[in-house]
Amino acid sequence: MKARVFVTLKPSVFDPQGRTIAEALHSMGYTGVGDVRQGKYFELEVDAKSAEEAKTVAGDVADKLLANPVIESYRVEVD
Amino acid sequence: MKFAIVVFPGSNCDHDAHHAAKHVLGQDAEFVWHKDASLGGADVVILPGGFAHGDYLRTGAIARFSPVMKSVKAFADAGGPVLGVCNGFQILLEAGLLAGAMLRNSGLKFICEHVSVRVEQTDTAFTGACRQGQVLRIPINHGEGNYFAPDDVLDRLERERRVIFRYVDAASGEPTSAANPNGAARNIAGICSERRNVVGMMPHPERACEPILGSGDGLVLFESVVRALSAAGAVGTAAR
Repeated sequence: MKARVFVTLKPSVFDPQGRTIAEALHSMGYTGVGDVRQGKYFELEVDAKSAEEAKTVAGDVADKLLANPVIESYRVEVD
Repeated sequence: MKFAIVVFPGSNCDHDAHHAAKHVLGQDAEFVWHKDASLGGADVVILPGGFAHGDYLRTGAIARFSPVMKSVKAFADAGGPVLGVCNGFQILLEAGLLAGAMLRNSGLKFICEHVSVRVEQTDTAFTGACRQGQVLRIPINHGEGNYFAPDDVLDRLERERRVIFRYVDAASGEPTSAANPNGAARNIAGICSERRNVVGMMPHPERACEPILGSGDGLVLFESVVRALSAAGAVGTAAR
């Protein structure tokens, strides 16, 4: 089963990379693009019997390793 | 007195720390591989700078799970002095031995230069021989030294006097925004644990222990821990 984990910086955390990307887009003429936030995306192949179980495993992994709770939050999707 | 310098795959300041402890300070020093479970009876543990595990995922995120980290945590919990420099600081943050996290430098540049840091507190394992307010000229060398913690955590660190080093203006000794090289919250360059035995800092004192290297200002940190342990009678005779 495939689980997808999206890790993003918390809204209160400044993202210098996102800011720089936004500035690049503006200089390219995409003035309609406002703020940009950069995150991380993980695809996990999980040996699980149900989507619920896969989601639990992915959440566990995200808590312990994929995301740093001080600065990041995450969201899990399972096929 | 024995220093253990933990070596992760990708550590690159391990030899600098070893040199400072062994050849400049004249103490015993040994490397400890990250897969070792034992710290070899060390009196002081140093987590050196570098790029442990290639900084994959996040700086320090993988190193935190190295077998040696269990021993480092037990050593710290027992009150043993632990110094994390640069990547070592990042590892201590990820391991939860110190509060907060590191973000990419606000200017996105990897910075390698001498900076001025002010000693804010002298009652830690590594600043006992410093003067309060002493300004040290020490190099930084990092891409992710933008220290972050939520405001309530920062307030608590300040209240408990756990901000140990701040980036300051060389002339005035004040933590100005111009003197902040990486965007670190409240110009924080180093902090300590609740018990004040674990210290993490982005600047590299081990690279500033001899005037021939541009500055000898970092040596006082290592002298501090030697003095603290000698005073406590916690160790045998120095190997000098």
